[in-house]
Amino acid sequence: MNCIHLISLLPLLLVAGTSVLVLLAIAVCRNHAVAFALTLAGLTAALCSTFFLPSNQVTQLLLMDRYAFFFMGLLTAASVFVALCSYSYLAAREGNKEEFYVLLLVATLGAMVLTASIHFASLFLGIEILSVALYGLIAYLRDRPLPLEAGIKYLILAGSSSAFLAFGIALIYADVGALDFLAVAQRIAADQSGVSLELLLAGTVLILTGIGFKLALAPFHMWTPDVYEGAPAPVTAFVATVSKGGMYALLLRFFSLSGADRFPRLLLVLSIIAIASMLAGNLLALFSTNVKRILAYSSIAHMGYLLVAVEVSSRLGITAAAFYLVAYFIMILGAFGVVTVLSSGERDADRLEDYRGLFWRRSGLALVFTAMLLSLAGIPLTAGFLAKFYIVAAGADSQAWLLILVLVVSSTIGLFYYLRVVTTLFQQPISEDQSPEPLPRRAPAISLVLAVLTVFLVWFGVFPSPLLRLIQSAIGNIF
Amino acid sequence: MILVWLLAILIAGGIVAWPLARLHPLLSRSIALLAVALDLVLVLFLAARDFGDGNAGTGWHEELDWNWIPQFGIHFHLGLDGLSLLLVLLTLFLAVVAVVASWNDIATAVGFYHFNLLLIVAGILGVLLSLDLFLFYFSWELMLVPMYFLISIWGRERRVYAAIKFFLFTQLSGLLMLIALLALYFAHHQTTGIYTFEYQDLLGTQLGPQAEMWIMLGFLAAFAVKLPIFPFHSWLLDACSEASAATNLILASLMAATAAYAMIRFLLPLFPDAVHAISPIMIVLAVIGILYSAILAFSQTNLMRLIAYASIGHLGFVMLGIFAGNSLALRGAVMTIIAHAISIGALFLVAGSIEKRVHSREIESIGGLWDTVPRLSGVALFFALAALGLPGLGDFIGEFLILIGTYQAHIAVAAVAACGVLAATFYALRFVQCAFQGPNHGSWQLPDLAPREALILGVLMVVLLWLGLYPQPVFETLGQAANHAPALWR
Repeated sequence: MNCIHLISLLPLLLVAGTSVLVLLAIAVCRNHAVAFALTLAGLTAALCSTFFLPSNQVTQLLLMDRYAFFFMGLLTAASVFVALCSYSYLAAREGNKEEFYVLLLVATLGAMVLTASIHFASLFLGIEILSVALYGLIAYLRDRPLPLEAGIKYLILAGSSSAFLAFGIALIYADVGALDFLAVAQRIAADQSGVSLELLLAGTVLILTGIGFKLALAPFHMWTPDVYEGAPAPVTAFVATVSKGGMYALLLRFFSLSGADRFPRLLLVLSIIAIASMLAGNLLALFSTNVKRILAYSSIAHMGYLLVAVEVSSRLGITAAAFYLVAYFIMILGAFGVVTVLSSGERDADRLEDYRGLFWRRSGLALVFTAMLLSLAGIPLTAGFLAKFYIVAAGADSQAWLLILVLVVSSTIGLFYYLRVVTTLFQQPISEDQSPEPLPRRAPAISLVLAVLTVFLVWFGVFPSPLLRLIQSAIGNIF
Repeated sequence: MILVWLLAILIAGGIVAWPLARLHPLLSRSIALLAVALDLVLVLFLAARDFGDGNAGTGWHEELDWNWIPQFGIHFHLGLDGLSLLLVLLTLFLAVVAVVASWNDIATAVGFYHFNLLLIVAGILGVLLSLDLFLFYFSWELMLVPMYFLISIWGRERRVYAAIKFFLFTQLSGLLMLIALLALYFAHHQTTGIYTFEYQDLLGTQLGPQAEMWIMLGFLAAFAVKLPIFPFHSWLLDACSEASAATNLILASLMAATAAYAMIRFLLPLFPDAVHAISPIMIVLAVIGILYSAILAFSQTNLMRLIAYASIGHLGFVMLGIFAGNSLALRGAVMTIIAHAISIGALFLVAGSIEKRVHSREIESIGGLWDTVPRLSGVALFFALAALGLPGLGDFIGEFLILIGTYQAHIAVAAVAACGVLAATFYALRFVQCAFQGPNHGSWQLPDLAPREALILGVLMVVLLWLGLYPQPVFETLGQAANHAPALWR
């Protein structure tokens, strides 16, 4: 490892260094604003650095290429947003606030490691860094029952999913004798018949189970609604975007590098998981009246849509998946941003009642939320529409008709609950004397960022070409 | 370039009209009116320039082709020919009518209302003008959300249910069309190696008979629900009975026109063999729709629902004309689309005017209006007669041509469909009889037509009379579209 390698590692080093810096700052002088400012500066620097760093393989573990930089940029941008949301959110709450940022930075670091890992060791390392920090983040408001419950649930399930993962990695090691993805690829390529690959296949399925837990794919999705509901709103946004985004980048890379998509049986398993996720997410959301839970179920369905693109691991499929991920980040962050702004010091604004007639009180906020929900539903003029279009296009290209038919039907079911929230937003206040007082204008910074997100949402929905070019140059080297 | 301006003016008008309502609602209304009126003037200018002398050249009269998403071969490609010109004129004309008709009726969120209205009109124009199938699908879907808001915010008691039903029906069918569209896109790529959504390129795509049938069915699903044809019509009834009169005008008149246009523009030329194979089924559905709606219209008590059934009956004729398979019937179908949009739209406005006065949509509770509002009643009678196909008015010409065309192809079908015309007489006259004649149960003492109402209804009457007495300009304008689809219009 030499100097050039260190430069390529800069985004990781910056985030890791910032977390240490924040810790030191807390030791010297406990101040919320300072911790926040340091975090913001560190993340922004990491974000900027991803644009012009040289690609390099750093040791056997990490491949810092355009693909990794693209996703690191996406993840750090999302973390910046989460940090912005957290500042005003935490300011309205009791307890120490500064350590939150340390955990946030460490979790981001874990997710970033995932995007660059080409080795099972760095995979496991990244997942554990991410998970351990998340236990703390989810249960950060430890005086309240719901976050604590959510934290414990996540701890137990993430722990067991790590066990699956470790077992899977062990099986693959037993078969291949090496831990990097390329070795797996060579092993698969060397054995054309695929008869003696049973051990490898079993290991891959176990790894898929572990990843399925993290991504909240259908048979492994049970924790999602509870954790989403219990965790503080900005943390929920983080779990839904950064944590899943990192895993997804890893999954895409693992599939395209190892050529595991050559197993028809594995593809069958993926299809079943995708179909189950799309249907379960959208159907379960129908019965929920809690906005955070609705978004949780919706995210299960969206992970199912994304899996369709993974399965079609053509160039078009990967482009579609990356585009979808960007759109998903924008809409989920936007939606949880609105939830954060509306949350009071006592509890998060997660009941549907909290949103009744929002349009007549805070029309700007209601419109941002509407735009995000319509984008999640895949309505034109939003990035969500084009994202869904690309996924369907990728599916049609490789003639996965069953998958895209399920996608279409389940996203129509999904419309129903998105529309229910939208309808609630636009309901008239019941009567004059009952009309609630205009909401206090908290957190102008978040409102501004939400407006920017909405602009991006529409921009990518109407002129996706620049983003597509960026994505195509980023994935250029893994195909 | 003018074509882009048409869309830009509408969208910009909507964006400007929205916040201005905070200053004064009148400002927002004026901007909206200005935008649609300006568009109408522009299109009239185009029509006078290109179609006035009757011998305009071949090809698209106005065309514009920009790269939009080159990675997928998607273009921002707009074009105008005789067929689209007629329907664009119709759309903008009725959009002006809709803005004026809702001038005083919308009290809440005036700016947002006009934003949605203009966005829908922009979406409709996008459908009518696009020559790129992705752009077409984009515009097709663009109409949905604003329409959802129009129904769910400014409708009546069960508006949310109606709006969600509308949205689910149209969205699901639209997604089926998306799959079919992509299947066509990749099938074209397989045979030619080119990724394109261009209408002209896709026209000659080689498809196996089975693939052609499935892809055609995907497109047909979207068009059949939006039109709507017989088994898929229930959303229209719920939407019409809950939405306001101006919304119904757009929903039943203009959205149906886009669906019929899409069938003529895309379905027939893209999949000639599959359409031919399925046309007997569609003709039977059309005739069932005509008779079924006439019978049900007769027994309706809700005024808006009655008119919605009447609309479905007319659209049954349009379907008949499109699938009859000869150019006479097809011309009749286009004529019926236009006349139906005007007469049914006007009936919705009349019903809205009645509702505003007596605060009810129930026919039984109205009764005996002729003495107190003679002008409104007279206008209603005129449009009811137009709807039942009285000679001398636009609907008659269209239905007459469709029946002649159908007669050449299937005599029995024409005979049964003609009974539908007869059945329309019953419900139209019942409407007049119950609402305006008869005893004045409610002892109504009501104000007659206001100048604004009289003006728009008067203009609609004049246009309908003109279409009925001198339809030649319509057919001449249409005839020039023959250059683009020779197989269809012979």
